[in-house]
Parts: sequence; C-alpha cells; structure tokens
Amino acid sequence: MRIDKDSGAQIPDVDLGKSPSGFSILLRELIRDKVAFGSLLFLFLIIAGVFGTSIIMDQSEIIKVDLFALYEPPSATYWLGTDYGGRDIFGQLIIGTRNSLAIGFLVTLLTGIIGILVGLISGYYGGTVDNIFMRFVDFFMVLPILMIVIAFVTAVPGYSIVSFSLIMTAFLWMGIARLIRSKALQEKELDYVKASKTLGTSDFKIMFFQVLPNLSSIIIVTMTLNLAGNIGIESGLSFLGFGFPESTPSLGTLISYARNPQTLELRWWIWLPASILIFVLMLSINNVGQALKRATDARQRRG
Amino acid sequence: MWKLILRRTLITIPQIILLSVLVFILAQAMPGDALTGLIDPNIDPATIEAMRERLGLNNPWYVQYIDWIKGVLQGDFGQSFRFKMPVSELIGERMINTLWLSLATLILTYLIAIPLGIISGRFNDTWLDRAITGYTYIGFAAPLFIFALVMLFVFGFQLGWFPTSGSVTPGTEPGTFAYFLSKLNHLLLPALSMALITTVSTVQYLRSEIIDTKQKDFIVTARAKGNSETRVYNRHILRNSLLPIAAFFGYEITGLIGGTIFIENIFGYPGMGELFLSSISLRDYSVMTALVLLFGLAAIIGALLSDIILSLVDPRIRIK
Repeated sequence: MRIDKDSGAQIPDVDLGKSPSGFSILLRELIRDKVAFGSLLFLFLIIAGVFGTSIIMDQSEIIKVDLFALYEPPSATYWLGTDYGGRDIFGQLIIGTRNSLAIGFLVTLLTGIIGILVGLISGYYGGTVDNIFMRFVDFFMVLPILMIVIAFVTAVPGYSIVSFSLIMTAFLWMGIARLIRSKALQEKELDYVKASKTLGTSDFKIMFFQVLPNLSSIIIVTMTLNLAGNIGIESGLSFLGFGFPESTPSLGTLISYARNPQTLELRWWIWLPASILIFVLMLSINNVGQALKRATDARQRRG
Repeated sequence: MWKLILRRTLITIPQIILLSVLVFILAQAMPGDALTGLIDPNIDPATIEAMRERLGLNNPWYVQYIDWIKGVLQGDFGQSFRFKMPVSELIGERMINTLWLSLATLILTYLIAIPLGIISGRFNDTWLDRAITGYTYIGFAAPLFIFALVMLFVFGFQLGWFPTSGSVTPGTEPGTFAYFLSKLNHLLLPALSMALITTVSTVQYLRSEIIDTKQKDFIVTARAKGNSETRVYNRHILRNSLLPIAAFFGYEITGLIGGTIFIENIFGYPGMGELFLSSISLRDYSVMTALVLLFGLAAIIGALLSDIILSLVDPRIRIK
C-alpha cells in the first residue's frame, strides 16, 4: 500500500511492470502441463539421441545388402532384426527417424515462411489482393493434395530430397496462410496499428515489426501442430513409395515393407517399431501443440 | 438465398478451369506422350512424326489444351496403353468399388461420431467423456496408414475375422445374395479402419458444439419451462448441433480421397485409389491424369454441396 501525497488516500500496489510476453506465457503453461512437458522432454531426448547416434553411424554401412542375414529376428547383433536385404532395422530406424524429422522441420519451416508472408500481406492490405490470394487458397484447400503431390513427384525429372520437400511445400502452405490472414485482419483494426499508421510508419514496418510479433504465439502453435502433420504426410508418401528413395530410409520406408503380407503377418520387428515410433512422435508433438494452443487462449489457461 | 447459392456455384467455374489447367500441366510434364506406348520401335521416324502431326501433338499448347478439354467433356480421357482400353471404361469398373467404400466409410463415420459426440458433450468431464476425448486424441495423432496396417494385422491376420485383400471372393456369382454378403464382408474392415480415424474431427466438433450450446440462454429457458432433459436435448440442442454435421459430408470427400489411396493399397481393394498408384508404377499416365481430374472434380463438387446445404440449415451464413 502506498499513500497518495496530496489526498492521503491509500493506493493499492499494482504491478506496473510489463505484462508477461506471449512467449513467456507459453513457456510457463507448458511447464505446468505435466503431460505436455513430459512429451517435450521425450521429444528432446529422441531428437538428441537420433541426431547424436546418426553422426557416429554410417548410412552407407547400414543400407548395405547382406545376403547372409536375410530376415533375421531380433538378436544381440541385430537389436531389431534385419529386413529382406539383410540390413539392420535398428540402424535404419535411427537414420529413418533423423530423415523424417529433418524433412518435417524443413517443410514446416518453408510452409511457415510462405504462409506467414501471404497471410500477412493478404490480411493487412485486404481488398483485391486479399480476394485473389484467398480464392487461390480456397481452391487448393479443397483439392486432394496428397494425390497431386504424388503426381508431381512422379512428373519431376531428377527427383531428389530437395525437390521432394519443395513439392510438399508448394501444396501445404495454404492452411497457415489462411489462419495468419484472419488474425492479421483482426489485428489491423486495433488502435496500435492505426496509431502507428497515423505516425507515418511504413506498411512494411507495421506488418513485420508490429503485427507479426503479436501473432508469434499463434504461429508457434500452428507450426508445432503442422510439424506433426508434415511428418505424417512424409512418412505416408514414403510408405506408398513416393517419398525418400530406399537408399535413404525414412520411417515410412520401414513401414512400407509391411505391404508384403508375409512381413506384416510374421516379421513384426520390421514394421512395428517404426510404426510405434511415428505414433509416439506425433502424439508427443500434438501434446505439446495442444498445450501451447490452450496457453494462447486465456480462457483455457491453467493459471 | 438463391443469390447465395448461385454465387457459390459460380465460384466453382474458375476452380474447375484452374483444376483442368493444373492437370494439363501435369499431363504435359509426364515423360513421354500418347504415342510412346502405342508404337513399336520398328516404325520409321517419319511415320511417327506424321502420326504426331495427325493427333495434334505438334500444335501449340493452347490448341492441345482445348482439344483435350473437348475430349474430356465428351468423356474421352484417351487410351490406357497398358490395359489397351479407353481410360473411361477402365475407371468405370473401379469407380463403383470406390463409391461403395466411400459410402460405407461415411455411414460408419456418422454412426460412430454422433453417439460419441453426444455422450461426450452431454456428460462432459465424466470418466466416459474422458475416455472418448482420449480416443479422439489418439485418433488425431495416429496416421491412417499405420492404423489400417494394425487393423489388418489384428483382425485380418491374427484373428482371421475378415478377408485380407480383394473386394469379393473369387468365383462368387454376381447378383446373388452371397455375392452381396461377400462384397460387404470385404468392405467392412477397410471402411471401419478409415472411419475410426476420420470420425475423430467430427466427434470433437460435435462435443464442443454441444457444450457451447447447452450453456446458451434459450436452453436455460427451455429447461425453465419444465421440459424434460431428453426433450431439451432432442428438440433444442441436437437440432442446433447435428444439422451442420450432416452437411459436412461434402468436405469429407477431400479427406476420403486421400484415405482411399492408402486404404485400397493396404487392403488390396481394387478401387480408384489403387488404380491411381498402379497406373503410376506402370507409367500409364493417361489413366493417372484422368484420375487426378476426376478426384479433383469430386472434391470441388463435394465442397460446393456442403456449402449449399450448410447455408440452407444455418441461416447465419445466409445473411452474408
């Protein structure tokens, strides 16, 4: 309590410091949510473990065909057995997780950048620009993207990991663009944007240095959830045989061996570990994403 | 009302044109052209050139595009050079199978979503609701193809309750009741696998919709008038929450298409998705592009239907 000098009235102490930033709220909520925090730790462990081990592992050694060790069940030498080429499943699992995660991160980042750019410009300017962009986005959101990605993957000559991620990016940025656009549309009606405009700040500066930071928490949430989705899409495409080539295993490649009914029925060690790993990865990323989502919504916060 | 429907229908025209351009680019980008598979290597190059000229393959791209559109409008998608038959006939056979699969999936999706959503929304925060929410959480994270593989592994191979591939037992006479039963039996596991995953978003939507509605003033009024709880739910809450869901089936089509590609592949079910994948591995590109076009059209029309139905059942949309 303080006493006002002139009137002598008591003024209650109010914290006049800055209100907590969006980022620190997200972090606080995440640590409070035990399931999400556990998932986050688990993810860090997996990422560190996979990227760490893959440095000392030799990819060409793992994918080398060994005709004397076809379809070995799990043993001390082959922790998770071998596949039809006598290749170690455990090694492939590590490399595959690394590849799947890497492409997941890459595509999420690229779609994020394009989506944020298009969404911000579209929402901030509105009018004709917005109309044209959004009709495009509507169109692509309706299309069966998976099919078109597969078709383009077959059409592109000199197919590589780079072209694969670019094709995925080309058809997956629309969701985030639409979200950012609707948020930017709300944001630009707020007083701070109007004030800034009146002061003569350039549109570019308002968009990227004033509006964008205010959308950061939503962007973090969407990108987290997208990461899970993109890993799912990549492994799905690899499963169908349109993702990574077999020489660069992904989690989907390992599961695709289960399209052979005998492997599915009798050799669980080939496809089950990769399946469980994808599922647990996606569940953990979703847990983190959902917790972050709750944190951005003040009504659902835990405190 | 009619204005809105008309305007929404008009939007599909540029969408369809854009789709056709996309598919045309795709067809052009594919290695080889319509002649690559037809001719034997002994024909002399001058003859091939003459055939090219006659088929219009040397025309500028916009002439080729218009020719192609003319053909498509008359149902002519070209020849499949693997199966040596018109693409339209080839697709026709598979389309019926995929239609049955999609229909069964849609029915199962709603059969699962509606009771689960209602229970979860009505008794929220009970153990039952937590179990259902847990299921939606898991279903949301699990990729369809992994779930389908596990279903096939458990119910197809380990328990042996369902056939593990095909759409009908070979040798069954078409038209008989046994034929129908066999079809249904082959359909059930793929459809159920897909429905259990696709239904998740509908359950979540219905749950939050019901929880939202039941706190509204008009529900309080309905209760205050002395309506029984059943009547409040059937007449007031569900009327509000179920109708939009019924309109979602059109949006589901896009998801179903992606789903059928995986499901038909895993369960060896001879439908359009399976044809799509095999036409790629056989380099039968005229079949592939025709399928992309048809699936794209189905998705666009599905979204159109959903938008129209939604505007019919939900007056709030009409005001715009």
